[in-house]
Amino acid sequence: MDAFLIQILNGLDKGSAYALIALGLTLIFGTLGVVNFAHGALFMVGAFCAVTLQRVLTLSFETVDETQKDFLGNPLKVKTPYVESWFGPEAGAWIIDWAVPLAVLIAIPIMLLVGYVMERGLIKHFYKRPHADQILVTFGLAIVIQEIVKYFFGANPIQTPPPDALNGVANLGAALGMEIVYPVWRIVYFCFSVLIIGGIFAFLQFTTFGMVVRAGMADRETVGLLGINIDRKFTIMFGIAAAVAGLAGVMYGPINPPNYHMGMDFLVLSFVVVVVGGMGSLPGAVLAGFLLGILESFASTTWATTTIPGINQIIIYLVAIIVLLTRPRGLMGRKGVMEE
Amino acid sequence: MTKSDVTRRGVLKSGAFAGAGVALPTIFTASSAAAYTNEPTGGSVTLGFNVPQTGPYADEGNDELLAQQLAVEHLNGEGDSGCLNTFTSKALKGNGILGKKVEFVTGDTQTKSDAARASAKSMIEKDGAIMINGGSSSGVAIAVQGLCQEAGVIFMAGLTHSNDTTGKDKKANGFRHFFNGYMSGAALAPVLEKEYGKERRAYHLTADYTWGWTQQESIAAATEAVGWETVNNVLTPLASTDFSSYIAPVLNSGADVLVLNHYGGNMVNSLTNAIQFGLLDKVVNNKDFKIVVPLYSELMAAGAGENIKGVFGSMNWNWQLQDEGTKAFVKSFGEKYGKPPSNSAQTCYAQTLLYADACERAGTFNPCGVAEALEGFEFDGLGNGPTLYRADDHQCFKDVLVVKGAENPTNAYDTLEIVEKTPRAQVEYAPDHPMFAGGDLGSCNPGA
Repeated sequence: MDAFLIQILNGLDKGSAYALIALGLTLIFGTLGVVNFAHGALFMVGAFCAVTLQRVLTLSFETVDETQKDFLGNPLKVKTPYVESWFGPEAGAWIIDWAVPLAVLIAIPIMLLVGYVMERGLIKHFYKRPHADQILVTFGLAIVIQEIVKYFFGANPIQTPPPDALNGVANLGAALGMEIVYPVWRIVYFCFSVLIIGGIFAFLQFTTFGMVVRAGMADRETVGLLGINIDRKFTIMFGIAAAVAGLAGVMYGPINPPNYHMGMDFLVLSFVVVVVGGMGSLPGAVLAGFLLGILESFASTTWATTTIPGINQIIIYLVAIIVLLTRPRGLMGRKGVMEE
Repeated sequence: MTKSDVTRRGVLKSGAFAGAGVALPTIFTASSAAAYTNEPTGGSVTLGFNVPQTGPYADEGNDELLAQQLAVEHLNGEGDSGCLNTFTSKALKGNGILGKKVEFVTGDTQTKSDAARASAKSMIEKDGAIMINGGSSSGVAIAVQGLCQEAGVIFMAGLTHSNDTTGKDKKANGFRHFFNGYMSGAALAPVLEKEYGKERRAYHLTADYTWGWTQQESIAAATEAVGWETVNNVLTPLASTDFSSYIAPVLNSGADVLVLNHYGGNMVNSLTNAIQFGLLDKVVNNKDFKIVVPLYSELMAAGAGENIKGVFGSMNWNWQLQDEGTKAFVKSFGEKYGKPPSNSAQTCYAQTLLYADACERAGTFNPCGVAEALEGFEFDGLGNGPTLYRADDHQCFKDVLVVKGAENPTNAYDTLEIVEKTPRAQVEYAPDHPMFAGGDLGSCNPGA
């Protein structure tokens, strides 16, 4: 029972990342009609916002310690972060320790800007081009972004640990007399995802801006005829979608150390999530994200892999096939989207 | 009016034949005249360095390339000569190889077998490379080794730890300086027994490819021999990024040790995930839970950060060794590049020098002569202590290092500390050992 619940939690955790990325993909597809293969790269750029902030906060000055030697036998150059010298060792160490949560604050404007520049600088020229062209150009853009990141940060994973206070495990089953230990940061990640997803839905549902965007998604031409600059609003939505992917990446860093390739690892799965959820359906993307996360988690258990070898590698695609055979528009797909 | 015999069709046919003849790869045309593939005819000889320059092991590949470039410098008499001063064989004079200046070309393996074969093929056929060296994956090493055997050039493997490289997939033209999974098990098991006791229950997570399989088999056999029980072995896809689903069952398995037969990004992620789940804080069977990472690399250790503290593993070599060969190499590499070399860099450097030395001693670049010079060759002074290149399987036998994650590293480079230098005798095995059975070294192919 404990193991079962832990796999559910694992699934929700994986599903959180899938849902956030798929939500952004769906927002872009639903508003601009663009199939954005660079969305995984935005997730990765978000993670590297945290890496960058961590590096900025640990920028140090060197002092020579004659009592210690470096690997060549020369006096050791000891590094002291500037923040520790400015704010004192304790406050400085606290700021460095909280680099990842702090990175959320800087990632929001950065990702909004990245999204805006991406949309205005490149994507807008492909609105009226076939989906194949959009896929090619955004896939190429993704490779360019990841190569730039690799150039500056290298190919190795880079640790971005969570704050000490949010490290370690929590026993979620203590109240029920069970031992369901689960990493605290993963719980934080799930809660953060729910918050972001809830925020996006509330934004679209309860604000005038959101109402116009939803109307534009349903009938772009009519909204335009009402004198509303729907293109501008959609550009802003592209920025918001980029920010959602970026925030998902920032918070994912402590779960798995960021590397330049992490976006690609999520991209294909996230597209499957979008298709299973239903192209253009925001609730569908979220539902499919969590559903596939949980199924993938259970498919990786020893019982599943010994019963059906390789099931852990094909489960998502298997489910996608079954869903598309029985519900061709996906779980919550709307009629008319991606259909002639 | 005279009738010409020249027709449009005839011209096209002749042109096509002539074009095909010109376009034939030099590997075919040269072989008719040369004694062996890519026999050097000018004043230089070309080596091919095939390392991952893109992909997840690009940093490791870059480190290998730095070491290979350093080796070329030293062979050509530039720089401080590095290990040429400490190498027990004195055949190398710092004037290239057999008087020919050493040049090199590079290829990108991308840590993909097909890409690695393509880049090696290109270096052999187009650039005239007479030897291929490098790599950071056993799958790649085995693929490239097979290609070199067919092409008739020597393959001096880089980082490859699968038993199969010099086991069932061994080839007469292939040579491995790096240690292997069996040696890791033989070196680690006694230390683990001493540190953690005889009655332990181990749960293995294993990367699902040749290296993972053979390492798991080796570690399980060695630890079972000292009394440990293997509770389970779960194969994980190489493309896995999140190991939480695989870690969770460990919690309720009754195991008190987790063995991570992972390397590279897999190792960094699985270890990070295991630490996240608080495994090292657990007490199972009245014992503190432990994690073991049988194969370490400095670059991966840096990626894993503080998570590796106190975690045991093994290495082929470490820059902190204090023998003269290591000191010379670390000084040379450190002064040139500002950082200590990794063990994959060291093995590539050593392999390049060993190849050059074998050519000098054989008096030829002919792969069969070089292979003969390497077979049974005993040497010292390259950083690993007294070493034998065994003739039976082309595997180097030398001391193996047992290391653990440093508790209090003082800088970015001493993340690992040496626990024990396991003597060569303890990690040796018979050429027909079951874990290495099924292959045939075959005979040397000079390619001509």
